[in-house]
Amino acid sequence: MIITENAYLRADGRKGIRNHLLVAYLVECAHHVAREIVYPYRESGVELIGFGGCYPNAYAAKMMRQLCTHPNVGGVLLLSLGCESFKRTELSEAIAASGRPVETLVIQQSGGTRKTIEQGRGLVQQLLARMADVPRAPLEMREFIVGTICGGSDATSGITANPGVGRAFDRLVREGASGIFEETSELIGCEAIMAERAVTPELGAILGTAVAKAAAYHKVLGHGSFATGNAEGGLTTQEEKSMGAYAKSGGSRISGLLKPGDVPPVGGLYLLDVVPDGEVRFGFPNINDNAEIAELIACGSHVILFTTGRGSVVGSAISPVIKVCANPETYRRMSDDMDVDAGKILEGRGSLDSVGSEIFDLSLAVARGEKSKSEALMHQEFVLTYKSFEPIGPSCLPRV
Amino acid sequence: MFDSKLLRLDPLDNVLVAIQTLEPGDCVRIDGREITVPSRLTLGHKLAARDISIGERILKYHMPIGSATRDIAVGEHVHLHNMKSDYIDTVAMLARHSLNGSHDNH
Repeated sequence: MIITENAYLRADGRKGIRNHLLVAYLVECAHHVAREIVYPYRESGVELIGFGGCYPNAYAAKMMRQLCTHPNVGGVLLLSLGCESFKRTELSEAIAASGRPVETLVIQQSGGTRKTIEQGRGLVQQLLARMADVPRAPLEMREFIVGTICGGSDATSGITANPGVGRAFDRLVREGASGIFEETSELIGCEAIMAERAVTPELGAILGTAVAKAAAYHKVLGHGSFATGNAEGGLTTQEEKSMGAYAKSGGSRISGLLKPGDVPPVGGLYLLDVVPDGEVRFGFPNINDNAEIAELIACGSHVILFTTGRGSVVGSAISPVIKVCANPETYRRMSDDMDVDAGKILEGRGSLDSVGSEIFDLSLAVARGEKSKSEALMHQEFVLTYKSFEPIGPSCLPRV
Repeated sequence: MFDSKLLRLDPLDNVLVAIQTLEPGDCVRIDGREITVPSRLTLGHKLAARDISIGERILKYHMPIGSATRDIAVGEHVHLHNMKSDYIDTVAMLARHSLNGSHDNH
C-alpha cells in the first residue's frame, strides 16, 4: 500500500514525510547562537537540536549522526563553539555522505555571537534553497516507521489510549509497517508474556534480559519510572503501570530488539531498549519523555504516537508527535493539544476498535502532510544526554 | 452485573476501575450486590471486586499487579495503603521522589 506519492526521497534510499533543516549545536555553549539563528525561520521548517555535553560520548555521537541523517531531514547547519570535544568534522562528513547539504560554523572562528548569528542566518537561506528541489517518491507502508511512548500516565492510559494504540500498531504491522515500543523499565513484570511473543526463542531470551537489566538499573538507582502523579491518578505499582504501558505494543509477534539509533531492517514490531548497558554511570536512563522520543526518532520513526492521561503538551523536532488522550476530562480541558480523544471509550462514545482505526488513519494523514496538534503549535522539544550502549547482537534483528 | 461507574477489565480480576468519581456513601452494584463505597474514589482508582485476603495477588488485566498488605473488603479503595508492588517498593520510591523533588512522570 502506498501512503503518499509525495515523500522526500533521500540519496540513501530512505524516504521522509517532512523536509526539515536542522540547526544543531554541538555543546551547550553554542546553544544560544543556534537558537537565535533558527528564530526567524521557525515557521519555515527550520528546527533546533543539539547535544549540551562538552565531553565525548559515543552514544550522543551516534544519536546526532542518525538524527542529522533522518529521512525527515533535508539539510543541516552545525554550530560549534570550537573547543568542545564533539567530533564536528566526522559528523559533517557523515551528513555529506548521506547526500544532504551541510555547513558548519565555529563561533570562536566566526567572530563571536553577533557575527555567527548573521552568518548562520545567511547559511540557513542558502541551505533552504538547496533543499527545495528534493526528489519526491511514493512512501510505501513497508517503509513507514511509527514509534510510541506514554507520558503523564494515569489509570485511564492503560484502559483507553494504550490499548487503542495497540490496535493501531496491530494494523500497521499487519500491513507491513514497522512499529517501535520502548521503556523497558516500564515493562517490568511483563517479561514472560513478552518472551512468548518473540519470533525466535533467542530473541525471547534477549527481551527478558533487557527488562531484567532495566529492573537491576532501577534497583541500583533506588527509583523506578513510577512518579507521584501516577499514584494520584490511581496507579499503585510499577507492574500495574507496566501492564498498561505494555498494551501499546498490541498483539503482534515481536520481530526484534533495537537500541537507540538502530533502524528496523524490515517491517514488524520492535522493542527499543533505552536502558544503558554496563554499570550505572550517568544517572536516570531517560530524564524525561523527550529523551525517549529523540531515541525513537533516531531509530527512524516518521511519526510518534504519544499517549497521555494527565495531559502532556510536548512535541518534538524532526518527527511529528500525535497525542492520544486517554482521559476524557483531560481531553475537554486540553483539547487544543490533543489529536485523538481515546477517553470516549469510558463514556460509551466509542470502542477500542474505533479509536484504533482513528489513530491508524491519523498516522497516515500526518504522513501525507497534515500537521499534528503539537506540530502546528510549534512544539519542537529536544533532549539528548549522556548514555552508553553495547551494540546489539545478530539474534536481535530478523533476517532480511 | 456492574455499575456503569465501574469498569471490569477482565472477568478474573479482583479489582474494578472507577470511571466516574465515587463519593463516600455512594452505592455501587458489584456482582448483583449493593455495596456502599466507604471512601472517595476518582476516575482510574481501583476498588475491590470481592473480599481480598492479606498476601493475595491483586489482578488487573488478568495480570498480577502486586499483592494485598492487609485484608481488603469488597468495595474498598485498593491503593498504596493496602497493597504493594512485588517488584519495587513504590512507597519508598515515592518518598525518595518527593525528597528529591523529582517529577519523572511518564
